Amino acid sequence: MSKFKKKKDGGLPAISTASLPDIVFMLLFFFMVATVMRENSLKIQNSLPLANQVEKLDKKNPVSYIYMGKPSSGYEKFGTEARIQLNDQFASLSEVSAFISSERSALREELIPFLTVALKVDREANMGIVGDVKQELRKVNALKINYTTGIGDVEANMN
Amino acid sequence: MAKRSAPEVNAGSMADIAFLLLIFFLVTTTIEKDSGINRKLPPMEEIDPPIIKQKNIFTVLLNGKDQLLVEEELMDIADLRSAAVEFLDNNGDGSCNYCLGKKDQSSSDNPDKAIISLKNERETSYAAYISVQNELVAAYNVLRNRRALDLGPGQGFREMNFTQMQRNYKDARFVGNKEKLKALIDQIKLEFPQKLSEVQ
Repeated sequence: MSKFKKKKDGGLPAISTASLPDIVFMLLFFFMVATVMRENSLKIQNSLPLANQVEKLDKKNPVSYIYMGKPSSGYEKFGTEARIQLNDQFASLSEVSAFISSERSALREELIPFLTVALKVDREANMGIVGDVKQELRKVNALKINYTTGIGDVEANMN
Repeated sequence: MAKRSAPEVNAGSMADIAFLLLIFFLVTTTIEKDSGINRKLPPMEEIDPPIIKQKNIFTVLLNGKDQLLVEEELMDIADLRSAAVEFLDNNGDGSCNYCLGKKDQSSSDNPDKAIISLKNERETSYAAYISVQNELVAAYNVLRNRRALDLGPGQGFREMNFTQMQRNYKDARFVGNKEKLKALIDQIKLEFPQKLSEVQ
């Protein structure tokens, strides 16, 4: 009688969760590889326009970021006009040249002429403030700029 | 006494550790957009502008309502690229031996002398400005690509247009003569120089 074991009566086998950590580690490695530590928390709305004649920013050369846009929800007390954000703070136009000098002082001597200033401007911002920032950059001789955009068709910008 | 195997460590909390690390990375990192249109601003010295013939200037005006006025006529953004290409490639005085233009006497003489002047107002939206910049840079790239496909095979770079040449030059894994490639890129840049002036 003991040769014929009793069949299991119902009760599906429990699903093995031994591979769950593996799946989570895969996701974790993806994020570790594909992302960068967020340097600045944006206080402004920043949906970039699209363009298709773009080049990737050369990461080997130093880059400084200037953000422009209208303050996002939670910061309405700063107004509804487009503003400049440098590092983590709202800034005024006169602070742009001080920002560029401080970025340059953190670089090695021979890399200073390779500093690119990336302008990340919200698509709804007006050209007035962008033009003012460009004039300030010209005054401090920061002539290499990059208009950061997404990749896509230009027609999607105009609506 | 018989050696007992050490009790197994319960691996049930491995998943919890992994989730914690994952949530940390999700919260503190971003996938940054790092593509954009590279431009060089003109330096600040006020030199008197040299006298330029009116036909060598291509005026593009953007008003506060994002309307485009090209050479005093309203134009749609979709037509800007071909209009700019026609202006640059025109070869009004016949001095350019690589141009295929119509030799219209009211348009530019030589791509070397052709200047595109872009003016915008304070109320123009940034999206419209970027669209115009994109189309103008595209016009230069169309002509440079065409030239690269003509000159490339002679130097051993078959079927590579200008943007591909630039990308290959920056690519560390490219096998080929980078000095010749650089010389070719510089030659094409001299033949179709980007003379985009943004007056305030």
